[in-house]
Amino acid sequence: LKICVLVKEVPDAAVEKRIDPSTGRMDRSGEKNLNPYDTHAIEAAMQVREGGTVEVDEIVAVTMGPSSAVRALHKAVSLGADRSVHLSDDALAGSDVAATGYALAKTLAAESPDLVLLGQQSDDGECYTIGSVVADHLQMPSLTQVIKMDVMSGPPAQLRCERQAEYGYDTVEIELPAVISVGDAINEPRYPSLKAIMGAKKKPLDTKAVGDVGIEADRVGEAGSKVVCGDFHAPPAKAGGTIIEDEDTNETVEKIVAWLDERKLI
Amino acid sequence: MPGILVYALHYEGAYNKNALGGVSEAARLAGELGTEAHAVVVGEGISDDLAGSLGNFGVSKVHRVEGPEGLAQPVVDAMAQIMEAGGHQYALFGGGLLGFEIGAGLAARLNAGVTMEVTAVHVQDGKLVAERPIIGDSSISMSHYRDRGIIIGRLNAFEAKETGAGPAAVEDVAVEFSPFSSRAKMLQRGEQRGADVNIEDADVLVAGGRGLGKAENFKLAEDLAAAFGGAVAATRAVVDAGWYPYAAQIGQTGKTVAPKLYIAAGISGAIQHKVGMQGSENIVAINKDSNAPIFEFSDLGIIGDLNKILPKLTDAVKAKKAG
Repeated sequence: LKICVLVKEVPDAAVEKRIDPSTGRMDRSGEKNLNPYDTHAIEAAMQVREGGTVEVDEIVAVTMGPSSAVRALHKAVSLGADRSVHLSDDALAGSDVAATGYALAKTLAAESPDLVLLGQQSDDGECYTIGSVVADHLQMPSLTQVIKMDVMSGPPAQLRCERQAEYGYDTVEIELPAVISVGDAINEPRYPSLKAIMGAKKKPLDTKAVGDVGIEADRVGEAGSKVVCGDFHAPPAKAGGTIIEDEDTNETVEKIVAWLDERKLI
Repeated sequence: MPGILVYALHYEGAYNKNALGGVSEAARLAGELGTEAHAVVVGEGISDDLAGSLGNFGVSKVHRVEGPEGLAQPVVDAMAQIMEAGGHQYALFGGGLLGFEIGAGLAARLNAGVTMEVTAVHVQDGKLVAERPIIGDSSISMSHYRDRGIIIGRLNAFEAKETGAGPAAVEDVAVEFSPFSSRAKMLQRGEQRGADVNIEDADVLVAGGRGLGKAENFKLAEDLAAAFGGAVAATRAVVDAGWYPYAAQIGQTGKTVAPKLYIAAGISGAIQHKVGMQGSENIVAINKDSNAPIFEFSDLGIIGDLNKILPKLTDAVKAKKAG
């Protein structure tokens, strides 16, 4: 079984996120890190490997992004991936969700994975849907927000997945190959060992350009995207709330009660 | 010429409230564009009455497809086929997880533009423009579509309105499902985990999140709720972790509430939670992380340790009520 894990570099949570008004794109300068949601996908891949129900030949981390995205791949490798693939090309800049999904699907297709895993969302774009885009291009069944995933060896090899949807918890059986996006409740990602961190840069890393994986250049980048975002503006201003820093809890509670009392809430 | 195709999610013979909101919004937009809105329903043995009733919300036709329920990809097959045959320019979805999956798959299939978490849609120069809050709702972006557009609403963005003239015409559509969409099978749908609790009628809700630290600490929230005569709610994270019943969950795949008072204890305030409770009249947040997004939309924010604050607050509320 070959597992590909889609990962992404995102601005560090501590960095203030902003849109560059001149380009209308997310300002991606500043400190970066591996999208924290993706660590759950890597951990899920590791647990499939360690679970022993099926033999996992390889775990490959795949990303699309500028040269700095290599760091996210190193982190992914330190968490357990065997090697990584970096789709990097100036032609991809400004791709929307659909174009990004198409480009990633082309990159994945070149790897012929049996299972594609990804995190439930990216920390920056707040997009929950890339897995569904990728799955349709790869013509694989897919499910998002999966919080429990058991592998059955088959044949055919199958996954039994659980997730919460609009009416409660659903249990879905999916034949491989498949694309699964995992929720953050699926596992508690491990910390990489010092040895793994040191060794990550020595693991194979393939850099691919658009032409290497058969991406049609007119379907990606700003020109190939079907959505044009603009007219960025601030939402209507909302009166800021009162903030209390708790130093003396008795005093804090008095203040809360007074606030509630003023509004006749007790 | 039909302009908009809207997906209507149903379960056990009733439509989802957000789906009906999407249907109403599609009808309103089609009116402004001077075109028609059609709905699509996918399921097993959907009755004429149930299908046609979407006409009450303003669509002129309902495409009824016999197919599996609760999975996205069969709906992608159905909507792609209907839109290709009918020439619909836009697809629209009310808020909900399934809509995210269907809309994204459909964007791939039709090579269309897609926007999710949309809070409002406008007509501009004969085209739809979607409004989407980004970066933790600190900015708003407008999506314009070069060709076909797929618009996925945020939870509770669109209101269901019975503005239609009565039942719509129902047209049965035979869909050939893709081989891959048949490789997923629903074994069990809508399992309710935990006790069946009622949170929707409470005037005061005390909601607990991961910041409570452990399942046992829900006792702190329960004690405070009892002091107010209210009920206890929870975030998805703690429900998924098995700390509290699904029936008490607020947000994206849970309930939407608007009590007089909402006390969020140890809740960071992710968008998926916010969409289910932002209509509350008064929001009080207690969190030790001063950067928690919940402080951006709470009326009273307390930065501190809930283990210290909740018990004393409970006693104070009891004393106040007794006095």
